Amino acid sequence: MRIDSARYALNPDGNNTAIQATIGGQEMSVPLDPNNRHYQAILKWVEDGNTIEDAD
Amino acid sequence: MTKAAELAKWGEVSTNGQVSGRRNIIINGAMQVAQRGTSQAGITVSANEGYTTVDRFGVFGAAHAGVLTAAQVADGPSGFANCLKLTCTTADTSTAAGELQHLETRFEGQDVQQIKKGTADAEKVTVSFYVKGDANATYQLELQDQDNSRFNAQTFAVTTDWTRVVLTYAADVDDGSSPFDDDNALSLRLVFWFNAGSTYTGGTFTSNTWHETANQRCGAITNFFDSTDRRFFITGLQMEVGSQATPFEHRSFGEELALCQRYAWKYGGNISDEYLANVGFYSDGNSIIFGQVRHPVIMRTTPTLIVVGSPKVKANGSATTGFTPVIASTSVLGGFIDMQKNSHGLTSTDQTVINCGATTDHFFFDAEL
Repeated sequence: MRIDSARYALNPDGNNTAIQATIGGQEMSVPLDPNNRHYQAILKWVEDGNTIEDAD
Repeated sequence: MTKAAELAKWGEVSTNGQVSGRRNIIINGAMQVAQRGTSQAGITVSANEGYTTVDRFGVFGAAHAGVLTAAQVADGPSGFANCLKLTCTTADTSTAAGELQHLETRFEGQDVQQIKKGTADAEKVTVSFYVKGDANATYQLELQDQDNSRFNAQTFAVTTDWTRVVLTYAADVDDGSSPFDDDNALSLRLVFWFNAGSTYTGGTFTSNTWHETANQRCGAITNFFDSTDRRFFITGLQMEVGSQATPFEHRSFGEELALCQRYAWKYGGNISDEYLANVGFYSDGNSIIFGQVRHPVIMRTTPTLIVVGSPKVKANGSATTGFTPVIASTSVLGGFIDMQKNSHGLTSTDQTVINCGATTDHFFFDAEL
């Protein structure tokens, strides 16, 4: 699974609610759920030295 | 077969419960459901791979330069209207160490407890399927125990005619303390091998034997990427407890679709200019509009929201652009699609709805393994 980019998204309370990611060229919104395969892949991507950008 | 042998077989089938209730553990084995689309070209190790066509079946590769197309096509042996077809479109005739190409379907641990794998009472498992190819070839089907990193594989032959392959896998008693986890996470993979480098072939392969050694995982198989003539067709995939392959258990399209929707479902894009149901909007803080969604079935886990095309917000009948869909407050039951845009200017008195202007605009909720 190729992670192209990842950036947190906020809810109205200003807390991180999801990660806006481009994975394999596909735009997606990934929940912060350890059972979600895209979130697992992003965590692995971070372990490999990459960074999830802060929300705008 | 003698009458006594026939009765013995019947006794085994009956004891295993293969004549009653649901026998086939595999979802969408007849390749009926393809919510994501019927064809995906340009599949490489890093692009377009994974779940792209027939539901519950993913195409995964590593390290090779081959390219393939996966497609649901109207072909099959008698009684099957559809199959999954793989086509090699770019060859890679040299196989480096780490190369592999898989077609997989995956199972939650709580759905394979009946195999009793890794316990003293472990059961045999029989997998059957119909295949054909462009020419004679040999591929492999592996059971992969994800929880305990244990493997068991057997090769099978493909000809140019539809043939039913039946493979019975040995029970994995192991030391009696390596069962599948009883949860919603990945425990078992059913893995078809089409290419393998020495990382997986360098050791001594022993058919139908459970082991934990990476370089003994794959036997002598054809490299699917040895020619752009290569084709592989499969349907009627069934996995059942016991040593007998019973006739394929056909299920209705609606039943298979509902089973698939636990892992992924398509929201919108069924017709052009579709207004999504189950959506109630109000404006909040001039930056977010909330769209409430209820999943059609309870999903495996909190899903990813995949955006396909350009779903829009329509306010008072007019399309507005520049919104970013964000999944929020979402569970296995449902949640919200937040349509986020700074200073969108809409108020709670505006009538707002998500609109998919074309069939190419929609969302996917994805909770695949």
